[in-house]
Parts: sequence; C-alpha cells; structure tokens
Amino acid sequence: MPAWLDTHLVSVLNGLAIGFLLFILAVGLSLVFGMMDVLNLAHGVLFLTGGYMAWAIAGEHPSWLGFAGALAAAAVVGSLAGVGLSLATERLARRSHLDQALLTLGLALIAADALSVMFGDDVHAVGPPPGLDGSVSILGSAYPVYRLAIIAVGAALAAAVHRIVERTALGALVRATVADRQMVSAVGIDDRRVRVAVFGIGSLLAAVAGALGAPIYGVRPGLDATVLVLALVVVVIGGLGSVRGALVGALVIGQIETLGRSLLSDLASFVLFGALALVLVVRPHGLFGDPSGTRS
Amino acid sequence: MTDAGMTDAAMTEPGKGAALSCAGLSREFGAVRAVDGVDLTLPAGARHALIGPNGAGKSTIFRLLAGGLRPGAGRIWLDGADITRSSEARRARLGIGQTFQHSSLFLSMSAGDNIALAARRRLGRPWWPLPTSGRAERERADQLLAEVGLAGRAAAPVALLSHGERRQLELAVALASRPRVLLLDEPAAGLSPAESARLAALVGELPADVALLFVEHDLDLVFRLATRVTVMHLGRVLVSGTPAEVRGSAEVQAAYLGTGAREDLFTGGAT
Amino acid sequence: MIGRPGSAATTAAVAAAVAAAVVLALAAAPLVLAPYAVTVLTRILVFALLAMSLDLLVGITGLPSLGHGAYFGAGAYAAGWVTLHASPSGPVALLVALTAGGLVAAAAGCVAVRARGIFFLMLTLAIGEIVQQLAESWHEVTGGSNGLYGIPAARVGGAALVGDQAVHWWVLAVAATAAAGLWLLASSPFGHALRGIRDNEARMRALGYRVYGYKLAAFVVAGAVAGLAGGLLSAQQRLVTPAELGLGTSIPALLAVTIGGAGTLWGACVGAAVVVLVRDHLGASLGGHGSLLLGAVFVAVVYLLPGGAARALSMPRRRG
Repeated sequence: MPAWLDTHLVSVLNGLAIGFLLFILAVGLSLVFGMMDVLNLAHGVLFLTGGYMAWAIAGEHPSWLGFAGALAAAAVVGSLAGVGLSLATERLARRSHLDQALLTLGLALIAADALSVMFGDDVHAVGPPPGLDGSVSILGSAYPVYRLAIIAVGAALAAAVHRIVERTALGALVRATVADRQMVSAVGIDDRRVRVAVFGIGSLLAAVAGALGAPIYGVRPGLDATVLVLALVVVVIGGLGSVRGALVGALVIGQIETLGRSLLSDLASFVLFGALALVLVVRPHGLFGDPSGTRS
Repeated sequence: MTDAGMTDAAMTEPGKGAALSCAGLSREFGAVRAVDGVDLTLPAGARHALIGPNGAGKSTIFRLLAGGLRPGAGRIWLDGADITRSSEARRARLGIGQTFQHSSLFLSMSAGDNIALAARRRLGRPWWPLPTSGRAERERADQLLAEVGLAGRAAAPVALLSHGERRQLELAVALASRPRVLLLDEPAAGLSPAESARLAALVGELPADVALLFVEHDLDLVFRLATRVTVMHLGRVLVSGTPAEVRGSAEVQAAYLGTGAREDLFTGGAT
Repeated sequence: MIGRPGSAATTAAVAAAVAAAVVLALAAAPLVLAPYAVTVLTRILVFALLAMSLDLLVGITGLPSLGHGAYFGAGAYAAGWVTLHASPSGPVALLVALTAGGLVAAAAGCVAVRARGIFFLMLTLAIGEIVQQLAESWHEVTGGSNGLYGIPAARVGGAALVGDQAVHWWVLAVAATAAAGLWLLASSPFGHALRGIRDNEARMRALGYRVYGYKLAAFVVAGAVAGLAGGLLSAQQRLVTPAELGLGTSIPALLAVTIGGAGTLWGACVGAAVVVLVRDHLGASLGGHGSLLLGAVFVAVVYLLPGGAARALSMPRRRG
C-alpha cells in the first residue's frame, strides 16, 4: 500500500463512512426533487429528528434493543413526516416550485424550534450499540468499529436502493418520472401515490441516517442546517434525480469533508466550494444529471 | 470550413447579397431528422412564406435561423456574415427580429414598456443605471402601437390585453428595434378575420428593405402577402417558388394524396 | 415605467416627498424615543437595507437567493477588521465593506448566476453556508466562532460615534443614501432590463440582451449593498459573529422581501420592520421562540398571500 494511504487511511475510512451516511441522507432529497421539482428544505431537520430519536431512545450507552428501537422510531417518524410534507406541498403544486420550497423552509423552522423545545439546546452524545463500540487495529491505528459498520450498512442500503430503482416497477416509474414527467402523466399513470411514497421513503432514509449518524455527529441544534448544505452539495454535484449521482457525489463530498479537513483544516470549506464550482462549470447539471431537463 | 465532408460549393452562401440565407441546414432530435439539408435565400425586401403540415420542420427552421437552436449541419449568413455560431442574442443585436407562436411578452409591464424594452436595446442605452426621461422610447411606442392597431394603449397592462391585442403587441415588440430581418411564427394564429385583415395591411406597410419570412397555416393570408412560398415536408424543401408555381406544382399535389381540391392540400391540425 | 409623462413625474414627486418625510421622522426619532427603542430602530434600518438589496435580486431580477447573508457578513467582517486593525474611519470601513460584499458576490455570482429558479436557490444556499463555515474556521482573520469583538467606535468627521443617537444618525444617513441609489437604479433602463429578465428571460435573449451580464451585475450590486449594510452592523454592534453570515440572516431577509411584496423596494423595508419586531421582540416576549414564529409566518405567507409567494417574488410561472 502506498505510504500516503497508510498515513491517511483513517481519514479515507472516515470519508467512506461519512460518504455512505450522506448518500442515505441525500438520495431522498435528490429523488424528490427529480420527480416533483420540490426542494425539500426540511430534509436537514429530518436528519436531526432521527438523531434526537437516537438520543432519546438509545441514549449514551444503548443496548441493542434500544438502538434498534431508535432506528425503528426514526423510520416511522421520518416516513410520517415525509407523507405529511408531500401532502402539504401537493396543495401548492399548481403554484411555483419556489412556493413549495419556501413552505418546507417554514415547516423546517417550526420543527427545528420544536425540537429545541423538546430536547433542549445542549449538545448530546449518542453511543454505538454494544459490540460495535470498540475499536479495531488497522495498520497500527485504532479505528472505531462503528464507523466500519456504517460503511457496511451504507453500502448495503445503497445496493438495496439501487436494486429497487433499477429492478422494480416502482423504480421504473420513478426513473421515468424523473426523465419526463409530462410523458408519464400523459400516458395516464397517476403518479400521486408514487410521489407520496417516494417522499415518504426519502424522508424515512433521512431520519434513519440521522439515527445512524448520531454516534458520529452527536445531536445539537444547528446540525440540520449543516447537513442540509452537505446534502444539497451532494445533489447538485451528483445530478438531480440520479441515484448513481447521489452515491458518487456523497462519496466525493465525504472524502472532501474528512480528508480535506484533516489536510487543510481551516480552508476545507474553500475546497468544498471549489468542487461545487468546478463541477458546475464543467457539467452544469451535475455529474449524472440530465442536460435536457426542464429545471434551469 | 469546419464541416467535414461538405464540398466548398455546397457551403458557399447561396444568393450572394441576401439579407438572410442558409445552406444545407440540418437538425436531428435523436433519430428524427427534423430539418434535412434546407437551403433558403431571403433577399432584402422579401415576403417569403414557409408552409407545410405539422412536423414538416417549419418551427425548427425558425429556431435555427433565430439562434435558439444549434444546427447539426449547415451554415447561416446574415448580410454575408456567417452567423452559424452566433448566439440568439447576438443575432438579435445584428438585426434579426422574431415573434413567437405563443405571445412572449413581459406580463408585469404595460404595452408601452414592452416596446420600450425592445426598442432601447438597439436604439438607446439599455444598461444605463440612472432614470432617463424615456421620451424617445415613448414616442416610438406610441407610433408602433398606432401602427399595429393599439393606438393610445401605451399604459395598458399587458396582463389585461385580449389574445388578439397581445398578438398585435407581439408584432410591435418585434418591430421596435427596426430589424432588417423579420421572422414571424404564425402571426395570424387565433386572430379574427378583422384582425387578420389588419395584420395583412400592416405587413403590407413594412419598410421595403425588411426581409420577411413567415410561417402560416392561413393560406389566404399566405397567398395574399407572399411573393415567394416554400413548401416543407418531413424536414425537406418540397417546392420553392412564386405562389402560382407552388399552387400548380405536381410535387405538392402528389405529396398530398387528398381529395384533389388544392385547398385541401394544406389542411393540417393546429400546431 | 415610461407611462404617460405627466403621471410618471407626479408619482415620482409623491414618492420622493413620502420618502423625505419618512427620513425626517427617522432622524427625529432619537429625540423622542428611549435609547433601547432607538437601538431597535437602528437595527431595523440596517436590516431594511439588507432586505432592499435582496429585493433587487429577488423581486426585480427574479433570482431567489437564500444565501444573501454571506455578502452581508463579508461586509461586516471587512468593516470590523479594518476598524480594529487599520483605520478607525467610519467612511473607510464602509467603503471596504461595500467592496468586500461586491467581490465575494462577484466570485459566487459567476457560478450561481448560470442557474435559475430552484437550482439557483440551492446554489446560493450552499454557497452561503460554505462562506459561514469559512468564517468559523478561519481563526486568524475572522476570530473563528468568537468573531470580531471589541471593535472600536467608528470615527466620522473627526468625532467618534459613541451613543445610540450618533450611531443612529450615521446609519440613517448611509442607509437612506444607499436606498436612494437602489431606487434610482431600479427606475433606470438597467432596472427595466432586470425586470424584463424576471418576466421573460427567453424574450430578452431574443431581443439581443446579454442576460448573463445583467444578472451578474445585479448579483454584484446586491452583494455590495448587502456588504454595506454589514458594515453598518459592524459600526452599530461593534461585534461580528459567524451567525451574521448564514441562514440565520438569509432566511429572515428573504422573508422580509416576501412579506413586503417583492419588487417594490419600499415593501422590503416594511417587511424588514415586521421581521425584526416579530423575531426579536414578539418572539422574546413569547419565551424566545422567534424562529418558530418566523416559520409560522413564512407558512402563512406562502399559503395566504394572494397569488402566492410566487406573485410576491414575481417569479414567472413555469409553462405546462
């Protein structure tokens, strides 16, 4: 192995863990926007909610039951919130998409404040479940097992999402709608239930990502804005409505965030903006986006 | 120069000195050849109509000429200068004016302001950061509005104008910048007979040196206004000539195995 | 805008008279109001200038930005840094603030302005947050999460601006001048072109306008004026933190523009007053839930505003 990798293996692994986490978070945002042109600005709050579920149910030293319960709770709350958001924005579908985005923004503000009322303003830590809370020796450094688990879980989820989107009827409908929404409705398919389902599943994934990520990120007010921006950058770079794009974008951003911060610390944000700008200049619709799309 | 496989002869500007011309113009959308090797020459003062059934490529040609679409092959010249690679905005600055099939106006403004915006680009200082008296634009707007039949309506909000009035305004906006070449996309669409008559009169009063190319389905209007007619079919030019030549053309009749009556030949659905 | 000569001149005269009256009232305020109320008023003025600059971008040009705080903050930091380390002169600090806001906006705008609608919103949001993160981590220059504090009082014309009255009059003078400048720009052929871009960008291209250039210019002017407002914040608060750069500023600014009715510039001022009073005062009296109230107002405005926020933000409807 090259010497460079030895020294920075820890960062690279961290980058993978963050990357897969970001993928789980961002894929819902990308599909919802690709299908419905709705920019769900409440997506970050969904992540934060999942994190708070983890803290409330699992806590700092969770049992497996607690952790599983937290994941389940996050999934339920996330999907309910997603359905709610879908219905709320559906009412504005005839108006401009900007209205819908602003609506989700207003709801996000309310939700964030509600969370801060319910759980306080302190930073909270969440522990990994037993068995995953140790560390493992990799090339002489001790590396947290949990992060390796995240990589595994993330990859599995990515494969599952890919399978659903590429192999199932629902996935075909999603891809068709992203590619040509008017054609799909002209063919007579009522995609309303599909829209609600996609919104619900995307939000579920966001909340679960928050719960899974709690042992890494912790939970605190303001985290929703931070992850929303990361998710947006992933979606912009990867291309709207593309699962592949979300994965590639997330892994790239994951590396930039961790490797960039460990190498450049203060100026890592410049690298993020630089990457964003570079991709947009070279490929304005993202790496896997559709250039003939009607968006911009 | 950069089109491999094309001989020099094919890429020379047909009709030297024409206001607008194109040679070998082609455009594909996937497997569909919407426009296939079209040559067109528009001299100054032309009154040239483009007709044909739906899907014949008329709208695509317009977009290629105006610059909203890039050709797959072929070249376009404006007053002898090659504008194939020029942007739509640049072509407008060089003197191409166009109207759109669906009126494309500035809905939050008044009729007069719509025209002022168009006029100022070529005749004023559109980037000036301080308020001006606007008198020159106002006079031009009043003059144009009177010409198109909207006299005195400079202050009327566009949002409150009827469809026919908007079509008239659309024409006024295109004329505002004194274009040398005018591309009118179905100017009479949705107009009442009286409004069509007014449109015909207006076209008749255009400056003699303006080159006009228009797409129309209203054949009465076409044969009344045009001195040359080009019939399109499946992306290609079928026949191009005087109205009489086109009417009597065997190819045109053969292409449409209709009931024989020539008036039926061009009955197409709405575009 | 060109209308009939008589009515345009009359409207302009009335508008000018009203504006003059408002400025006079604001100038007289410190003589009648309690010091705390004066501070609030000053803060409203700063925020109103920020909202007006955003209105130029959102309401007049049709570019919905959710990251305008970045340029506000850039100006605030620049002014604060200059006052701390280089020169106590008030005008110099503001000039630097204006330039800083404009430069950062130019850099961001080159990329952002290529996008439209929601895509543009996303980009500006991401850029704004990234700039905020930069401010939080660049300790040497920005002081990190502590920000710049202990900024000395600015000096104008030889005197130091100490006390809420002096600060208020300085802020009022600068803000009123800048607002007048924005109003002139909006009423000019340049402003008319921006409105054309908002209404129908495709037609503007077909008329020969260099749309990208106009949009970028609008973005830079909006950023520069936002930076100027940031400089005023620095002069008033004498403290600049990363919070000024992020969504905490960008969202209320957009809300102010939305409430006030985008495109009118004065509407943004009204909206700014509403937002500051609701968030900082109504919110405080209701147990510190300013952002929840703001969110509720946002939701209400989106649902209830006639024609929707789209009309207020004057965005063209998508076809089909």
